[in-house]
Amino acid sequence: MRSPEKRSMDPATIEMLRRVAECNVSVAWDRHEAMEPQCGFGSLGICCRICVMGPCRIDPFGEGPSEGVCGATADIIAARNLARMIASGAAAHSDHGRDIAHTLLMASEDEDCDYRIKDEKKLRALAKELGVATEGKELKEVARGVAEIAFSQFGQQHGELVFTKRAPEDQRKRWREQHVVPRGVDREIVEIMHRTTMGVDNDPKNIIMQGVRAALGDGWGGSMIATDLSDVLFRTPEWVRSYANLGILKSDEVNIIVHGHEPTLSEMIVAASRDKELLELAKSKGAKGINLGGICCTANEILMRHGIPLAGNFLQQELAIATGVVEAMIVDVQCIMPALGKLAECYHTHIISTSPKAKFPKATHIEFEEAHAYETAKKIVRMAVENFPKRDALRACIPSAKSPLIAGFTTENVYTMLGGRYRPSYRPLNDAIMTGRLRGVAGVVGCNNPKFTHDYGHVAMTKELIGNDVLVATTGCTAIADAKAGLMCPEAAEKYAGKGLQEICRAVGAPPVLHLGSCVDNTRILTVLSNMVAEGGLGQSIADLPVAGAAPEWMSEKAVSIGFYVIASGVYTVLGQPLPIQGARGLTKLVCDEIEKMFGGKFAFESDPIKAAHLMIDHIDAKRRALHLPGTMYEVPYPARTAQEMAQAAG
Amino acid sequence: MSQSGTREGMLFVEVSRCMGCRSCEIACAVAHSASKDLFEALGEEPRPTSRVKVEAAEESAVPLQCRHCEDAPCVAICTTKALEKLGPNLPVLIKEERCIGCKFCIMVCPFGVIGLRADGKVALKCDLCIERLEVGEDPACVAACPTKALRFLPPNEVAAIKRRLTAAAMKDADAKAALVREKA
Repeated sequence: MRSPEKRSMDPATIEMLRRVAECNVSVAWDRHEAMEPQCGFGSLGICCRICVMGPCRIDPFGEGPSEGVCGATADIIAARNLARMIASGAAAHSDHGRDIAHTLLMASEDEDCDYRIKDEKKLRALAKELGVATEGKELKEVARGVAEIAFSQFGQQHGELVFTKRAPEDQRKRWREQHVVPRGVDREIVEIMHRTTMGVDNDPKNIIMQGVRAALGDGWGGSMIATDLSDVLFRTPEWVRSYANLGILKSDEVNIIVHGHEPTLSEMIVAASRDKELLELAKSKGAKGINLGGICCTANEILMRHGIPLAGNFLQQELAIATGVVEAMIVDVQCIMPALGKLAECYHTHIISTSPKAKFPKATHIEFEEAHAYETAKKIVRMAVENFPKRDALRACIPSAKSPLIAGFTTENVYTMLGGRYRPSYRPLNDAIMTGRLRGVAGVVGCNNPKFTHDYGHVAMTKELIGNDVLVATTGCTAIADAKAGLMCPEAAEKYAGKGLQEICRAVGAPPVLHLGSCVDNTRILTVLSNMVAEGGLGQSIADLPVAGAAPEWMSEKAVSIGFYVIASGVYTVLGQPLPIQGARGLTKLVCDEIEKMFGGKFAFESDPIKAAHLMIDHIDAKRRALHLPGTMYEVPYPARTAQEMAQAAG
Repeated sequence: MSQSGTREGMLFVEVSRCMGCRSCEIACAVAHSASKDLFEALGEEPRPTSRVKVEAAEESAVPLQCRHCEDAPCVAICTTKALEKLGPNLPVLIKEERCIGCKFCIMVCPFGVIGLRADGKVALKCDLCIERLEVGEDPACVAACPTKALRFLPPNEVAAIKRRLTAAAMKDADAKAALVREKA
């Protein structure tokens, strides 16, 4: 068994890994070790189970079969599998977006709906963008118009998704040239499934282009709808202070963890946890209050809008239960391990599944009905409160680690954050890059994966980037990792940032690592980049910007969809774990090289987060040179530069 | 353990457990690559080669590699002494620099588990992952087998397992015979 220190770099996680080992409880890391060595064919992406003439495998070393029963080569097999990963990932994000659109429609139609439109300003801005008449109209009417257009995006059969208009014209031109502008969110996903079934599309590039189309339908469609309509319903986030890590759990309060993705559920749980009746009930059971924490992206949603603390990221879901102080873990969809139910049997924790789409072994199912949202949320919270007396204080183990953080950054508040309230603008951001005070911007996002030391990929990469004057924007489980490592407080700039980034953070009072929200909120990164292009001075398309992306510890199909919409939007992206395509050399060359000519972005695979950060910095520097921008204003650690080189670079 | 500390044993194959996944083949090629890393091995020259082959036998899959015979015909026939048996329960190894590529060993091997290197110049066979045995590890094919169809065990342990299986089979056979007697 690998030591806890090899399994994670996070102190709370290390403490809990020791604890579960003492208690003989097995967690994801143990199951991963039991699975080793993992199948080489799967890792290389050269097994095919699409029809039952197979299963087929290609011998990567060239001695055995070089094609499947149907004649599919390694490139065809890997391309079909990869496209299907994109389809799943895009479906997950987009179904989330569809649910939010449905909730907005309900809120606009039903007088008794528990959901209200909390951000009128954003609604009106969206209405204007989508061509919904607002003048003299009631708020609900406007909301209905916006919700209907959002809804229509999923089933649209022709034309272009409406939010693709937000991308710079140059980028859209590239998409049109390759025929990858998404027509409808669902249509592109269905077409992947059609094309990849037996005997349809057998041109690896053509298959991947449809993958790109579906991925763009996610990034500039389903996910973007999820972000924007969540802002309308639940309010666009503003800067907010909170804490991160298992240390937020309380020994004397009812602890409830929300885990999963959709804010429709977690928002109501937040409200119910503040309900007077339930707080009274908690007191009557001997608890001082109701303490809410989050895991995975639903945590990021309620952190951004309510400052609810982050209990942990993906790999900490089992450890949260093993603290023995969680009365209920409420789950909806995505990234929820089926291991939770069995694990919870060792403790008093209730695992409560809520989505009709996602049921789990040994979990209690209380279906979350949006029509009776608050009532259902209260029922669930009551169940947790009533479970408090069953907690065994002697078995409780709450790690002490928790870090302060500032979150709540959005495309909208970048205007005021740097430009101030009187002259809200992206100009200061672009100026900072153009003068070399800021070298560039990096998006570091993604999951956890027990193949890597938990959080190390995220934190080491982020530190290396900010240390070299690259501003980091982050979402999802990366954001939680960075928050736990203390990178999301303004003081982190003093400790870890390069001198140029430090100056900016000091002037604005911002941390050097910006939390933009959940994984669907990667779309905020797309709109920020589009605004940077629109502001001027940094080229004509996203592909011209000195920016880069990374997913150092990714594991989910959702990350594949994100990766593809990001590279197709023009951003060079480094993945910690290679895509499962390396047994297919032609395909690997396509996505790691040739695709750059089409869209301006491409993938690179590098498992060492420091080396990966250097690849990103090299790319940023190359883009700076192409824009004829000066070198960095201050000397930076990577690559080591002499004063003379600095002067030369400064021109 | 031999005096040198190398693990001793034999490859035990349980055909009924083999799913035909060929993980052993990949693991073998990687174990005999320069980098010992799956992703890097793909680009290596000479291309890493597997010494174990999963053969189909009707519905079954059978992983086959050198049996490391105690009185090995390949060692006996090798005129240049390129093939060498290290000792009882230890591997039969090939010294590539001595091999002249005469292929007599391929001809006399009773199991067809000796092949040729990718360039065709010297014989190629399983070395039981001698480097791994020296540090107390299982051969790579054994470590990679997800169903434990391949195991590396001392011969007496293999015999014990086989005896237990035989005993169970005989018990079943006996019970069936009793049933037939009762019906009659």
